[in-house]
Amino acid sequence: MTQRTLVVITAGLSQPSSTRLLADRLSAAAVAAAADLGVRLDTRVFELRGLAHEVTDHMLTGFPPAALRDALAAVAGADALIAVTPVFNASYSGLFKSFFDVLDPDALRDKPVLLAATGGTARHSLALEHALRPMFAHLRAVTVPTSVFAASEDWGGNEADGHLRGRVDRAASELARELGRRDPVTVADPFALTTSFEDLLSRG
Amino acid sequence: MQFGIFTVGDVTPDPTNGRVPTENARIKSMVAIAKKAEEVGLDVFATGEHHNEPFVPSSPTTMLGYLAGQTSTLLLSTSTTLITTNDPVKIAEDYAMLQHLADGRVDLMMGRGNTGPVYPWFGKDIRAGIPLAIENYALLHRLWREHVVDWKGKYRTPLQSFTSMPRPLDGVPPFVWHGSIRSPEIAEQAAFYGDGFFANHIFWPASHTQRMVELYRSRWAHYGHGDPDQAIVGLGGQVFMRKNSQDAVNEFRPYFDNAPVYGHGPSLEEFTSETPLTVGSPQQVIDRTLGFRDYVGDYQRQLFLLDHAGLPLKTVLEQLDLLGEQVVPVLRKEFAALKPAHVLEAPTHASLVAAAQREEVQA
Repeated sequence: MTQRTLVVITAGLSQPSSTRLLADRLSAAAVAAAADLGVRLDTRVFELRGLAHEVTDHMLTGFPPAALRDALAAVAGADALIAVTPVFNASYSGLFKSFFDVLDPDALRDKPVLLAATGGTARHSLALEHALRPMFAHLRAVTVPTSVFAASEDWGGNEADGHLRGRVDRAASELARELGRRDPVTVADPFALTTSFEDLLSRG
Repeated sequence: MQFGIFTVGDVTPDPTNGRVPTENARIKSMVAIAKKAEEVGLDVFATGEHHNEPFVPSSPTTMLGYLAGQTSTLLLSTSTTLITTNDPVKIAEDYAMLQHLADGRVDLMMGRGNTGPVYPWFGKDIRAGIPLAIENYALLHRLWREHVVDWKGKYRTPLQSFTSMPRPLDGVPPFVWHGSIRSPEIAEQAAFYGDGFFANHIFWPASHTQRMVELYRSRWAHYGHGDPDQAIVGLGGQVFMRKNSQDAVNEFRPYFDNAPVYGHGPSLEEFTSETPLTVGSPQQVIDRTLGFRDYVGDYQRQLFLLDHAGLPLKTVLEQLDLLGEQVVPVLRKEFAALKPAHVLEAPTHASLVAAAQREEVQA
């Protein structure tokens, strides 16, 4: 078994949170799907609620406090990402957006990402397609085709034949496949010199 | 080692009473602060350069030229001179003129400026910030060293048979520092020329400074200027002091909480642990400042930011008294005792003239 990393970002605000619940279902399914492909996934979950002040501080000061620095580095270094937000006002939550606003713009480039959201009613499910997917396209992430929306009613579905479970498994296996066909992620050192002074001079 | 202050020149309301200094009062307060710096025994005064509100110092050589006549030992510098949006020809002329008026008490710190709209106001584009800094400085470097310059580049009109006047004092250009927070290209530029590297240091975690200084030192050695620990490093710092630590914290907190840059964000306690900001007793400032050496090595220049965020002039002058009487004398002694003999002092006009004469004798 090869070993790779999965990071889960969940932006639910309540505790306990149905957004976290969905995130856990998705990451468990991703771990299982990756195992089927001979990949062991190390999973780290970050609840943005615990980083809300740090995210704001970063926006105001231009640098991340230590706890947020750790989360941002984990995302940048992950081989795959699961991003889950509650739907607020027909879109992602402000905290979810703010986290990705302070992430290095290149951190998600070519990274497999599974998009998911929760909401009170299935009428909000297309927020995944008209709000989340364009943002991740802008960040040049590779979003898997299946996104997963869980409305309140989904949690009452029959576990054995529930539609939620089917979507979770399909999205997770798509994520595992995308992860499996890529090389492990390497993160560029922002302080490394990538050019010589002669090049800088001649570029003009 | 040189100690001094650097100022941004912001016009910020005093958050404790809402008072906003006039531009005239702010400009005059910068002059008073510089003169006080000399009086309390500091070595360097550096002024920022800005072309947008709420900052007053748009014309550094006017201010420094005036200060040259008002002071006698203070080294006059910048923090920073905009190498991107200023014409390098005008920088060459202005600072050579200043050098003559100040009898050599001048050096400069190059910086790019990070305010997008300022660039187009001067016909430039912030996206070309690094190439502008590289090309403009390459020209400036030649203008101070070659009597007649033919030059062609991308960002300004070509020059044919141009001589920048006046020539640098004693044929020796002012020493140059390059300031940057996190652009490796600028550390590389400083290393290439054997110039100084100044890490802003304040407002950001020490790890940034450490990485940038490491890179500069190793590239300095790569270009054959000496060992890595002989490179010329300057650091910023930000302090607020009172005799009793808790008095400093209580007095500074409203200024911190409402300050430009970091106000309304992290708490004072969080920010002091994440960045070099030190709010406390003179002894705490001494201990913290000595600790900078642990991650950048022996360095040559320490500048403190004292006059920002709406602090009244009277308070800033009191800070200068504490710095001059209780902090800097101890730092001078302690840093000197730690510094190995092969680590150099920051170049001054006198040392650069002596070096040029040695070179002439050898040639």
